[in-house]
Amino acid sequence: MTDTTYNGQFSPQASGALFQPRRKPLTVRRALLYAGLLILTLIWLLPFFSALLTSVRTMDEISLNGFWRPDLNTLTLENFTQAWEQARVSRYLGNSFVITLPSLFATLFLSSLSAFALARYKFRLALPLYFMFVAGTMLPFQILLLPVFKLANDWKVYNTHWALIIIHTAFQMGFCTMVLRNYMKTIPNDIVEAARVDGCSDFRIYWQIIIPLTLPAMAALATLEFTWIFNDYLWALILVQNDALKPITAGLASLQGQFTTNWPLITAGSLIGVVPTLFVFAFLQRYFIQGLTLGSGK
Amino acid sequence: MTTISAAQRGAQRERRRMRINATPYLFLLVPLAVYFIWIVFPMLFSVYLSLTNWDGISPIPAPNALSLDNYNRLFTDRDFGVSFGNNVKWMIVFLTVPTTVGLGLAMIFNTDIRGSRWFKISFYAPLILSFVVIGTIWAWIYEPRAGLLNSVIVGVSQLLASIFPFVTPLERGPGWLADRNLALWSIMGAAVWRQCGYVMILYLAGLKNLDPSLIEAARVDGANGWQLFRRVIFPLLGPITTVVIVVSVIDSLRAFDLVQVMTRGGPGGASNVLANFMYIEAFNNYNFGYGASIAVVLLGLSLFIVVPYLYRTVKTELEY
Repeated sequence: MTDTTYNGQFSPQASGALFQPRRKPLTVRRALLYAGLLILTLIWLLPFFSALLTSVRTMDEISLNGFWRPDLNTLTLENFTQAWEQARVSRYLGNSFVITLPSLFATLFLSSLSAFALARYKFRLALPLYFMFVAGTMLPFQILLLPVFKLANDWKVYNTHWALIIIHTAFQMGFCTMVLRNYMKTIPNDIVEAARVDGCSDFRIYWQIIIPLTLPAMAALATLEFTWIFNDYLWALILVQNDALKPITAGLASLQGQFTTNWPLITAGSLIGVVPTLFVFAFLQRYFIQGLTLGSGK
Repeated sequence: MTTISAAQRGAQRERRRMRINATPYLFLLVPLAVYFIWIVFPMLFSVYLSLTNWDGISPIPAPNALSLDNYNRLFTDRDFGVSFGNNVKWMIVFLTVPTTVGLGLAMIFNTDIRGSRWFKISFYAPLILSFVVIGTIWAWIYEPRAGLLNSVIVGVSQLLASIFPFVTPLERGPGWLADRNLALWSIMGAAVWRQCGYVMILYLAGLKNLDPSLIEAARVDGANGWQLFRRVIFPLLGPITTVVIVVSVIDSLRAFDLVQVMTRGGPGGASNVLANFMYIEAFNNYNFGYGASIAVVLLGLSLFIVVPYLYRTVKTELEY
């Protein structure tokens, strides 16, 4: 494999050349290592295989033939249609989008505001506030659980999508502010100063200079945050009671209670629920990986 | 003359700077309002709640009714002890298994091994799944009769029995999630499966940023593969290792979803973790005050890692 393929998802410097300057000849030792790696990877993928295989069978057939001897003549897509319609997976999935997309936009917008203030201005509270956001990303969110439950009730947003949108927006703001602030710090001051001399207002500097330059970090953050918010279960469990309002995670969990032993239906529902994040992963993989390492850069 | 005017100019600039200083607060106004109302205030309020016997429904007890009863109760509560111990086990596993596997994988895939791209994707694919989906898939793998794991175990035992007459074939495998001694470890298996890819990504990013000339220098000095790793690469990865440790500890304290989906803390509370135990106390038993005290304990534990890490960040930040 050439370096360019290797670097498909990472930046060009160093990488492939780091430990092995050139491809070593195939030795028995290397072949064994490779075989071991292949086996480990296949084992790693077994859970996916288990889910896929189960989702196209029926529980009766699995009980009859066992897990490893599927009757290929009875394979069916029935579970997927049943999950989609009867088990309300379509509804749950729609709810997930209604919750995730506004939260994502709100948290990115608000974080870009606070990050801009913390990165581009010198003022007494700049560092303390930054550390407050950093600390906020590291605390166990269980500490917020009960007061937020109470607050949502007081504000009459309990058992609505609003409750989830608000808490996701607020909670993810810490991480987003931290990442965006550090990124904005790297933008050379000259650009901003030049604009300021030209009489550019602070808001225009934010909106027309800093934001466009921050888009790469925003893209990485957005893919990561989409996955995180979409995959949230805890807040959905706490703040939404009505089954018709549940996002896919809470919906799948209640499916488990409802169809306890119908594993093919449950796995089919789970697989449908994975599609949106899979989509993000397939097309924005580079950003996803970047996002995961963004927070660790400092 | 000139010095005075320079001072005046300085004062003028200072005044302008002071005036400009209102702008950052304007930008911060809305984000901070949201953050204080929904994050900072609730955090402090949890501490207050932990001193009450609030049931989640009736009015919140007044400040004159505060007591440390909840904390005294924690010390004698067996379920709390089990949950606490489970969190510790979780942390130990997270600090050892995914870290080693992730670093190993990163070292392997940092070479030009054939197909490394696909290998890498396989290992970090679990990261895109929600814990609910991971829990569901693994609960089915652990299913005692028809699940993947016991199918393999029973199948292998029968195969062995057909070859070696002294082996008795198993009729059935263990009931992973229903067994008091196995439930927690089984859940952690699913958690580790996800975490390895995460650690791998962090280390891969770190390896990519290493200065190749240092590696080259060590190689020229005649360091072999293991020495190169032990004496050069691993020390250079120090900052990443710190991040990995912090992430592992925080993630093990946050553990909730998998337990909730796979066992709900059962059987008989054997696989409870603190987060889960707190949820049960608050939302099933309506002991909100007691639940809050468990949350405060979690917060306190996390401070052991958050404070040193923040301190380090503050130091690097001030050195700029």
